[in-house]
Amino acid sequence: MKFETPLLDQLEQGPWPSVVSDIKQEAAHRAANPNGLDYQIPQDCCEDLLGLLELSYKDMETHWKHGGIVGVFGYGGGVIGRYCDQPEMFPGVAHFHTIRVAQPSGKFYSTKFLRQLCDIWDLRGSGLTNMHGSTGDIVLIGTTTPQLEEIFYQLTHEMNNDLGGSGSNLRTPAACMGMSRCEYACYNTQDVCYQLTEDYQDELHRPAFPYKFKFKFDGCPNGCVCAMARSDFAVVGTWRDDIKIDQDAVKAYVGGEFVPNAGAHSGRDWGKFDIQAEVIDRCPTHCMSWDGQKLTIDNANCVRCMHCIDTMPRALHIGDDRGASVLCGAKAPVVDGAQMGSLLVPFVKVEQPYDELKEIIENIWDWWIEEGKNRERLGELMKRASFQKLLEVTNTEAEAFHVKEPRANPYIFFKEDEVPGGFKRDLADYRSRHQR
Amino acid sequence: MAEDKEVIIEYLKAKSKVKSKHYFKDFLELFPDKKSREVKKILSDLVKEGIVEYWSSGSTTMYGLKGYGKQEAAEEGDAEA
Ligand code: HEM
Ligand code: HEM
Ligand code: SF4
Ligand code: SF4
Repeated sequence: MKFETPLLDQLEQGPWPSVVSDIKQEAAHRAANPNGLDYQIPQDCCEDLLGLLELSYKDMETHWKHGGIVGVFGYGGGVIGRYCDQPEMFPGVAHFHTIRVAQPSGKFYSTKFLRQLCDIWDLRGSGLTNMHGSTGDIVLIGTTTPQLEEIFYQLTHEMNNDLGGSGSNLRTPAACMGMSRCEYACYNTQDVCYQLTEDYQDELHRPAFPYKFKFKFDGCPNGCVCAMARSDFAVVGTWRDDIKIDQDAVKAYVGGEFVPNAGAHSGRDWGKFDIQAEVIDRCPTHCMSWDGQKLTIDNANCVRCMHCIDTMPRALHIGDDRGASVLCGAKAPVVDGAQMGSLLVPFVKVEQPYDELKEIIENIWDWWIEEGKNRERLGELMKRASFQKLLEVTNTEAEAFHVKEPRANPYIFFKEDEVPGGFKRDLADYRSRHQR
Repeated sequence: MAEDKEVIIEYLKAKSKVKSKHYFKDFLELFPDKKSREVKKILSDLVKEGIVEYWSSGSTTMYGLKGYGKQEAAEEGDAEA
């Protein structure tokens, strides 16, 4: 290695996998160049990366500058300029841009796709990847400006893929694997995700939002893509009718014939399955009961937390009248604090061509583009302008579940269109009945 | 459209001494009667023609005249991706 890295070496000591070991491995691989590649960016970039990182730990300051104009022609996102501020010391990472690539829906990869991606990135980039970034997309870490168009050409022409989102635009949408494998999926998450990605190409690639905007699609409240915590617009599968119960299968769990939790948590002996302690008492709304023979659910009080279904999947199943809830405004801590999504629409059918969802999305965008301040996420605008305003722009009737807490302000002001006859009065008519 | 483009170019040139990067919202203010989609179209066209270019911190995107401003310079307050 070009540089001594005593501080980084410490990061390899723990029991967990280390990014330092990974970078060293790639540095050694590039130095050996077993496939005889004609590397298009400095062969020793990973060694320079380690050197730079060591310096950052020593100085306790980052040596990366932020941002730039780099990109591929016509796209306003997908490439993030990264430049190091010690280019003479570390020429291999003087320019070290990040590329975001759309992940396949549900993250189903073919080995061919992964090989093609790695081949491109070995030749034209650092070989370092982040599978996957927080948003859920493929993140390729480190290349130079001249390689960008080449990589983009190969991604689009040879792999039929596209760049993801970055900057003030729609970010790469993400979905759980949903119906492809999972019996809990209340709608086709992968299909909506794909369809909206196609429909909103302009929003993805040509930024004109106040800041980033994310969609995520969970097929059920288990939330495998954590839509409710990670996206401005979260679509979470749910159902409106009753949880389906197979009483014989419930007995089979109680009798020990079926293993609970589909065999998860089997690393140690938890003792005999206790339906009272493990299911009934854990129901957050206490809406279940078990009399030794029969399991009963008061479905009106079920909040679809999934716990009972996850514990006894062969006995309990999601209902048949399926759709999704829409929650808005989740975001990470930057600017004005972290938030979870707030429930806007408790139930919407999620069916092709998804017009109902798209109408909500587009109403929200129109409002946010108009009213949002620079770098203000939807969640912050909702706080600043009120949840009531969100209801208004999405043509949603206020209902009790929209209320977070009792009001703190005793005044209610009517709007003119809520008052019969409006606010105007006929002065002559008034005077005919009232003396001056 | 050509006139609208001129408005944007003139604005960017006039501001170029003090500011090389602008938020999308700055352009909305130039066209109070236009919808944001229309303004975006004008800007996208200027990008296609190579007159305007995007600058991105990774999290925020801004617009500027091509060739103005320092390409790798960071903007104050854009410290995260
Ligand atoms: C058919 C493909 C895949 C399926 C079905 C799948 C499924 C899963 C599941 C069920 C989990 C556990 C989630 C949890 O504990 O909450 C998980 C976690 C994870 N998977 Fe996959 N996965 C797939 C492909 C991949 C690939 C290709 C990668 C990386 C190359 C990957 C990286 C990870 C990582 C890093 C985690 C841990 C994430 C975390 O704990 O935050 N997965 N995956
Ligand atoms: C020790 C080395 C590094 C660590 C521990 C680290 C850690 C992280 C973490 C925790 C995140 C947020 C989670 C995520 O997006 O997956 C992140 C995001 C990011 N990092 Fe790093 N990083 C490292 C090196 C780098 C380098 C060398 C670059 C580029 C020169 C880079 C560029 C980025 C970018 C662009 C993102 C945003 C990705 C996204 O939001 O999808 N990182 N990094
Ligand atoms: S979110 Fe629900 S439907 Fe989607 S994969 Fe997870 S458990 Fe299955
Ligand atoms: S899904 Fe959750 S709330 Fe509903 S019955 Fe099961 S445990 Fe109770």
